[in-house]
Amino acid sequence: MLVAKPGLDGHDRGAKVLARALRDAGMEVIYTGIRQTPQMIVEAAIQEDVDAILMSILSGAHMAIFPKVMELLRQNGVDDVLVMAGGILPDEDIPAIEQMGIKGNFGPGTPMATIIEYVRANIAPERLTQDLAPLRSGGAAFDTQESQQSQAAQ
Amino acid sequence: MANYPIVERLLAGDRRALARIVTLIENNAPEARPILAQLHTHGGHAHIVGLTGSPGAGKSTLVMQLARELRRREQRIGIIAVDPSSPFSGGAILGDRIRMQELAGDPNVFIRSMASRGSLGGLATATRDAVRALDAAGFDTILIETVGAGQAEVEIVRAAQTVIVVTVPGMGDDIQAIKAGILEIADIFVVNKADRPGADQTAAELRMLLSLDEQRKERAWRVPIVKTSAASGEGVPELADKLAAHLASLRETGQLGSRSGRQARSEMLALLHQALLDKIAATISTEDWNRLIDEVVERQTDPYSAAGEIARRIGLAAAQEQD
Ligand code: B12
Ligand SMILES: Nc1nc2c(ncn2[C@@H]2O[C@H](COP(=O)(O)OP(=O)(O)O)[C@@H](O)[C@H]2O)c(=O)[nH]1
Ligand SMILES: [Mg+2]
Repeated sequence: MLVAKPGLDGHDRGAKVLARALRDAGMEVIYTGIRQTPQMIVEAAIQEDVDAILMSILSGAHMAIFPKVMELLRQNGVDDVLVMAGGILPDEDIPAIEQMGIKGNFGPGTPMATIIEYVRANIAPERLTQDLAPLRSGGAAFDTQESQQSQAAQ
Repeated sequence: MANYPIVERLLAGDRRALARIVTLIENNAPEARPILAQLHTHGGHAHIVGLTGSPGAGKSTLVMQLARELRRREQRIGIIAVDPSSPFSGGAILGDRIRMQELAGDPNVFIRSMASRGSLGGLATATRDAVRALDAAGFDTILIETVGAGQAEVEIVRAAQTVIVVTVPGMGDDIQAIKAGILEIADIFVVNKADRPGADQTAAELRMLLSLDEQRKERAWRVPIVKTSAASGEGVPELADKLAAHLASLRETGQLGSRSGRQARSEMLALLHQALLDKIAATISTEDWNRLIDEVVERQTDPYSAAGEIARRIGLAAAQEQD
């Protein structure tokens, strides 16, 4: 899990609460701290090979930041990662956010159990377990759709 | 045999391939082994540096500064930052990246967080294998940050060629801990937070402890004590110089080879140990285990004969007469 605070938003309480709840649910959470650029978020997601990116944003800058994150993920061939967002996301923006492929946009007061359940249910199934099934396909071992997706990310 | 595609991608500088391989290693996936076997032949070029010290000593900040300094020296840097797993949930919060943000965006730096995941020996193995992957990927220096407590630390830092022990001023307990075992593993001492009062005194105490260590005197390398402020970067160039000097000293005295030999030996023993356990698990059913355990407890047999029976059943000939 990558919990990231994009932009100049200093509201980190929600992100920290979230990180702790995910840890207590048995997940390994990389917390990046505040002031993350889209590049930093995507680079961290790649290096850490995360199952999900959870962006917490309360500043109102989400419509500027989210498209950049999604575009960079695409450019780097990262398409098996669950991307979620939460914080202060006005209702009228939700359809556009979901259109970008960002899921489970949870606002203030969401119980942690709901978020955890959602994460568990939506991670690419072969990623959820430690069993990396797609890499285990006998003869063509180790060569999966992955190799086609990825360009050598500089 | 040709390399696996994922290995080729790693060798070609694909960061996603490297990241995925580290995940396979962390998860102890069966694919990791053949991959690591191929990677091993491509490694051996990196300077592997371990940093240990109490939580809060400034290891992550120092790693960031050190990486920046080594980048100025045109090196490519791999970083592995280990944080503890929660013993209750098995989860973990890995926060070392927070201190390393200044390195973000540099394609010549690769940072990977790892959770300790409970098992001490397992972590040591996973760390060593992650280093192997970074080494094959061509990083010049690999910095391993560990949590700084107990036997696991000692194991992990033994995977390194140069071990930096980070202390801070005015931590009497720290000095005690150092006395209790970390003294021997340090190749370089850092007194970080030297911007705070008491750094000179801590350095003097360390100097005294080192001078009391008889074995040290025989060695060619005199353990330096470097004062740094990771917050400002002061002292970091000197630390980088000492790192280079230590590597040079290891080379000159032939110790680089003997350290590698020791590591290869312990790695092979650990693998054989695991292979043996796997073989036992595959051969002896849980019922048989429980039956033997009960018999030992009931004193119908003894642990030696019971173990002997298992050894015989997995085909260890030497154990036969015990049966
Ligand atoms: C506490 C607070 C602060 C604190 C922040 C302390 C801190 N370190 O976090 C302080 C006082 C510093 C602060 C400052 C400011 N704040 Co303020 N702040 C709040 C307040 C009252 C509560 C936020 C909070 O911590 N909630 C508790 C946490 C646990 O909840 P949460 O973050 O919402 O997270 C929950 C969910 O949203 C969800 N979640 C959150 N992230 C994610 C991510 C994912 C992936 C998922 C699935 C779920 C999820 O899970 C959590 C649990 O349910 C909100 C109002 C509100 N009711 O939300 C305003 C609010 C966020 N602040 C606001 C503003 C404007 C500011 C300031 C700009 C004020 C100013 N003019 O100075 C500054 C900016 C500071 C900065 N540098 O960014 C506005 C933002 C308006 C907007 N977005 O359009 C709000 C909405 C108040 C308002 N109604 O105007 N603030
Ligand atoms: N004053 C001072 N603070 C420092 C220095 N180095 C690190 N810190 C602070 O010490 C705290 C812990 O640092 P961190 O690098 O996370 O320590 P770690 O737990 O050993 O990795 C942070 O708040 C740092 O900003 C230093 O040289 N001087
Ligand atoms: Mg740290």
